[in-house]
Amino acid sequence: MANAAPAVKLADAALAQTKKATRAAFGATLAELADAGVPVVAVDADLTGSTTTAAFAAASPEYAKRLFNCGIAEQNMVDVAAGLALTGHVAFTGSFAVFGTGRAYDQIRNTVCYSNLDVKICPTHAGVSVGPDGGSHQMLEDVALMRVLPNMRVLVPADYAAARAALKLAAATPGPVYVRMGRASVPCVYADDMELELGRAYVLRPGDDVTIVACGVEIREALAAAELLAEQGVSAEVVDAFSVKPLDEETILASARKTGRVVVAEEHSVVGGLGSAVADVLARRHPAPCAFVGVQDVFGKSGEFEQLLGYFHLDAAAIVEAVKNVMAR
Amino acid sequence: MTELERRANEMRRDIVSMIAEAGSGHPGGSLSCADILAALYFGGVLEHDPADPQKAGRDRFFLAKGHAAPALYAALAQAGYFPREELSTLRKLGTRLQGHPDSNQLPGVEVSTGSLGQGLSIAAGCAAGLALDGDRSAVFALLGDGECEEGQVWEAAMFAAHRRLDNLTAIVDRNGLQIDGRTSEVCDPGDLGAKFAAFGWDVRTVDGHDLEALVDVLSACKAERAGRPHALIAHTVKGKGVSFMEDQAGWHGKAPNAEQLEAALAELVDACEKEACRG
Repeated sequence: MANAAPAVKLADAALAQTKKATRAAFGATLAELADAGVPVVAVDADLTGSTTTAAFAAASPEYAKRLFNCGIAEQNMVDVAAGLALTGHVAFTGSFAVFGTGRAYDQIRNTVCYSNLDVKICPTHAGVSVGPDGGSHQMLEDVALMRVLPNMRVLVPADYAAARAALKLAAATPGPVYVRMGRASVPCVYADDMELELGRAYVLRPGDDVTIVACGVEIREALAAAELLAEQGVSAEVVDAFSVKPLDEETILASARKTGRVVVAEEHSVVGGLGSAVADVLARRHPAPCAFVGVQDVFGKSGEFEQLLGYFHLDAAAIVEAVKNVMAR
Repeated sequence: MTELERRANEMRRDIVSMIAEAGSGHPGGSLSCADILAALYFGGVLEHDPADPQKAGRDRFFLAKGHAAPALYAALAQAGYFPREELSTLRKLGTRLQGHPDSNQLPGVEVSTGSLGQGLSIAAGCAAGLALDGDRSAVFALLGDGECEEGQVWEAAMFAAHRRLDNLTAIVDRNGLQIDGRTSEVCDPGDLGAKFAAFGWDVRTVDGHDLEALVDVLSACKAERAGRPHALIAHTVKGKGVSFMEDQAGWHGKAPNAEQLEAALAELVDACEKEACRG
C-alpha cells in the first residue's frame, strides 16, 4: 500500500523544478481544443492579456474571431457567453475571479446554471495569487459562491498541467463548469500529459496517520508538509480533491477511515470551500477530527504571493501545525 | 377585425384567465406586450416551427422581461408548442409553465429569464454566435422599459453596436410604468430611443398596439443588415385591453379575482364581437 503508484502522473524531477502559472494554460488549451475541432469561443472583459485568452486569439486568424472582448462589463460577458452557448458553442469566460464570479453572480446563477448552459466560468487571478493588488482583488470566496449553485461543477487545479487537464475536462463536460486559475507561477506537480476525471480525487502520497485533502496551489504545500511530517515520524496521506464539486466522497472516506483524522488545505476562505465540503461528507458518513487550513474569514492584503502564503498561514508549516493539532485531539 | 387582431385578443383572454386561475402573476406587462408577440409569432415575422422548436435556421426570440411569461405562453400555446389546456397549470406545482419562463421545461422557450437586465446580453451573444457561423437568422429580444434601468442593458447595447450585430433587434415595451409607479417618477430612464441611438443603434418607434405597423417595422428590422443593431421603441399601454387595468401600476403583479376576470373577459369578448370576429 505504501508504495502504491498514484492514479495520476506526477512530474519527473526536472519538471518539478520548473514553475508555471495555471492561467498560462487557459489560452493555450483553448487553442488546443479548437485545433481538435471543439467549437470553443472565449469571452473576456478587457483582461485578455492577463487571462491569456489573447494567446488563443493569436493562435490563428480564425480563433481571433472566436474571442469576444466585452470591455469592462463582466455581467454582459457572462450572458454573451450564454448566448454563444445557445448557438452550439462551448463558451469560456475570463476576467479575474473576483469579477468573473462575484460581479456576475446573478448572471451565472439565473442564466448559466438555471438554464444549464454550456458555459465554462474560467477566471484567473483567484486567491492570494494576485498578490500586491490587495484585498479588493484577492478572491477568496469564489469556490463557496460557485459550489452552492445547482448544475455547477467546481474544479481547482494544482498546477499548469492540471489546469490544462481541467479545461479539457470542462469542455468535455456538458453544462456549467467553474475552473479556478491563479496568477502566480507555481511549481509543476504533475506530468504534462496528465489527465483528470470529473468527481475523482487522487491519492498523491499514501500515508497512515493523517489525511491531508487539498486543492489548487495547496497541493504543493501539502506535499511539502508531508515531507516535513515524515521527518518527524508522521505518515501523511495527501489527496488532491481538485474536483471540489462533485467531490469524490469514497476516496476521501477511505482515507479518513484509514488515518482517522483529516486536515483540509485551500487557498480560499475556510467558509464554504473545500473544507466545508469535506466536513459535510465526514459529518454525514464518518465523523472524524478535522482541521482547516485556509484564510480565516478575512479579506486579503497586499504582498507578494509567497509572503502571503506565510502571512495567512497557508504554507507547509501551517499544514504541519494543523496536523499536530488534529493529532493531539 | 383581422386574423392578427383575433389572435391578439385570444392571447389577452388567455393571459387574464391563466393569471386568475393561478392566483398570482403579472397581467399589466403581459397585456402591454401581447400585440408585439402576436405580430412576431402570427404576423409572419419569426421563422419558427412549433413541431421542431430547436430547428436549425429558426429565428430566436428572447423574453428579457420574463415576468410577461403569460404573454409568451399564450403565444406559444396558440402556435402549437404545447396544448392550450396546459395554460391553466400556470404557476402550479409540477407545471412546465413556471412563474418565469424555464427553457429546460417548456418547448419554445430559448432561455430561462426572470432576472431583469440579462436578456439583451443573451440575445447579443446569440446574434454573435449566429454571425460567427454564417447563419442569417434574426434575433429578437423584448425588454421592459423599467428593465432599462438595469445597467447591464447598456453594457449589451455597447457590445452589440461594437460588434455590428445587425441581425439583432431589441424591442422595448415602453408602457411607462413599473412596480413602484411611473418610470419617469421612480428613476427616469429618459429618452430610451436617444440612448440606443447614442450607442450606435438604428432606432425606430412604433405604436405597440398597431398590429399592421408592428409587422411592418419588425420585418424591416429583420431585413435590414446595415451594420447596426435595431432598437424598436414600442409605445404601449400597460394592461392594454382591460379598461380597469390600463395604465395602472397596481396591476403590474396582481391577479384578477373571479369578478374582475369576468369583467375583463366581457370586455375582450366585446372588443371581438363588435368586429364580428367570433362565432
